[in-house]
Amino acid sequence: MITQRLLTTRAWGVVIAVALLLIVLLPAANVFLPVDHSLHISTYAIALLGKIMCYMIVALAMDLIWGYTGILSLGHGLFFALGGYAMGMHLMRMIGREGQYQSDLPDFMVFLDWKEYPWYWSFTEHFWYAALLVVLVPGALAFVFGFFAFRSRIKGVYFSIITQALTFAAMLLFFRNDMGFGGNNGFTDFKRVLGYRIAEPATRATLFAITAMVLLGAFLLCRYLVTSKFGRVLTAIRDAESRVMFSGYNPLWYKLGVWTFSAVLCGIAGALYVPQVGIINPSEMSPANSIEIAIWTAVGGRGTLIGAIVGAGLVNGLKSWFTVAFPEYWLYALGALFIVVTLYLPNGIVGLVRKRARPAAATPAAAAAQGGNA
Amino acid sequence: MKPTEEFQQTDAATPQRDDRHSMLALLRAGRENMLAQQREQWDARPQFSRLVTSDDVDVTHGPILYLEDVSVSFDGFKALNKLSLTIDAGELRCVIGPNGAGKTTMMDVITGKTRPTSGRAFFGQTIDLTKLSEPQIAHAGIGRKFQKPTVFERHTAFENLELAMKTDKRARRSLTAKLSSSELERIEHCLETVALSAQRDKLAGLLSHGQKQWLEIAMLLMQEPKLLMLDEPVAGMTDEETARTAELLKGLAGKHSVIVVEHDMEFVSSIARQVTVLHEGSVLAEGTMDKIKNNERVIEVYLGR
Repeated sequence: MITQRLLTTRAWGVVIAVALLLIVLLPAANVFLPVDHSLHISTYAIALLGKIMCYMIVALAMDLIWGYTGILSLGHGLFFALGGYAMGMHLMRMIGREGQYQSDLPDFMVFLDWKEYPWYWSFTEHFWYAALLVVLVPGALAFVFGFFAFRSRIKGVYFSIITQALTFAAMLLFFRNDMGFGGNNGFTDFKRVLGYRIAEPATRATLFAITAMVLLGAFLLCRYLVTSKFGRVLTAIRDAESRVMFSGYNPLWYKLGVWTFSAVLCGIAGALYVPQVGIINPSEMSPANSIEIAIWTAVGGRGTLIGAIVGAGLVNGLKSWFTVAFPEYWLYALGALFIVVTLYLPNGIVGLVRKRARPAAATPAAAAAQGGNA
Repeated sequence: MKPTEEFQQTDAATPQRDDRHSMLALLRAGRENMLAQQREQWDARPQFSRLVTSDDVDVTHGPILYLEDVSVSFDGFKALNKLSLTIDAGELRCVIGPNGAGKTTMMDVITGKTRPTSGRAFFGQTIDLTKLSEPQIAHAGIGRKFQKPTVFERHTAFENLELAMKTDKRARRSLTAKLSSSELERIEHCLETVALSAQRDKLAGLLSHGQKQWLEIAMLLMQEPKLLMLDEPVAGMTDEETARTAELLKGLAGKHSVIVVEHDMEFVSSIARQVTVLHEGSVLAEGTMDKIKNNERVIEVYLGR
């Protein structure tokens, strides 16, 4: 294939239909249809789906770095949480005097007997500055960490363990009250965003539509990356890094580029997550959360993008049903799902669907896939 | 051993070198002096001229590759022991030697994968290989084929060549890279050279072993290297494939300098003009295939007859 097209005509059709549904129809059905109308979408459903769409963006980011580049990060929850905290800082300041203590400061600072905002809260009352932080903080951390890790040629399980340790260390740090990020309660009780009441159905529906647009943009951008020569080099790094080096490429900049982009994508997802879910706390940085991200991607099918979206949707859909029906068994179910997928569906759900669709063509591809994963 | 013998008998292979071969030692010292002087001259050149020639390999003195007294030790084990070797521009050289003779380590040193413990490795007159990284060495014009065929298995044959092609390989350029029609032509031409045009859009992982070997050679050609290093290029090939590979390699000599490391003596005889025999990390003998075949020491350590 000389010039790979971004999407086939049929795929464009599906993408546009789904985008229309998520960006226009669902929010409209929530806001404009009366509650007893048969097509009305409940606010609960909007909140749940909005949250899952944020996870889908994270799964896309994970697929770029794991599925396409072969680098398993078990610390992506950290970048997600950092983006969330950056947005949370702005939302905390927008509470104004409506908090419990009717102070200019957030409640947790009053509780700590602080008299003014610490220096790192400066300018966070401006939305644009918080938005900048959402991109810059995860991006800068990923760049610096990635530079040293990739330059030292740390890969495989060692890289995964270090990312896991990184997010765990950050979690412990954010648990501390004197960090100035609300300790283990984190940020919550948000009142308004950009002047709109956050609890209003119209605000929620708008946030939902924005998230859907970002998800669409992220998908198309990722799709562009993986169909470009950049993407082909990433896959080549995954399959035969030494050959890439002896061909004259420096894998450092490719890995660092996609790693940083992936982290920024997570940060943006975190920023969209916080106003919709209404809370951000250090548990988002727990190692288990980051592992779950990898499971979403594996279940959907690595190295396909669409698999990441499907996997995040499916696993989180299951989770929200399970945690209501049998809350104590969710982790067992998740573990079992992961084992089944690893053993029987190495290419995830998307791989299974593709195999069903064209059995003849899929067999050699699966053989090649196994060679590449060895 | 008389110093007048046509093949070069090196010091390392001869135990009592100090009391013998004083002539050789003198010659060596003279040569080293000369090289040192040349190097000083190059180092003293104004910086701008280095920039101008930084892309080009200076082969004005004939050789394209110098290895001088290169030693590599891993935890006390000397994989290379004062190995000295020069390859002329346009030469096709075969390197043979028993297992553990240091052939692969030698290639690792040349391609920057392993740093020598001591000694020098120069590409042309100016490029110090011991100071460059693998991608930099690849850019300088050294291409390497691995023993086990290493191609990008999940890319098509065409994409393999596209990725290997000599071009700006920086990450940000790759984001918007488009193939020009002349580049497209070069890839198609290269596929033809190695008889893979029909497999153009097939995943490289699905090619036969011999086809993978050819694809890898084609990838090296796309890099337009000045020096090609091939590690056992005909391993696992059928006789017919071997013969075609021999033709291919013979066609490359002259345009490129080629180093072939091979076990298959028949294949070596069919392509080689100059053969170097490695043993225990240094050069045991060097010369034409006929000379090598009749060398007593080579027969003793390698041919085992």
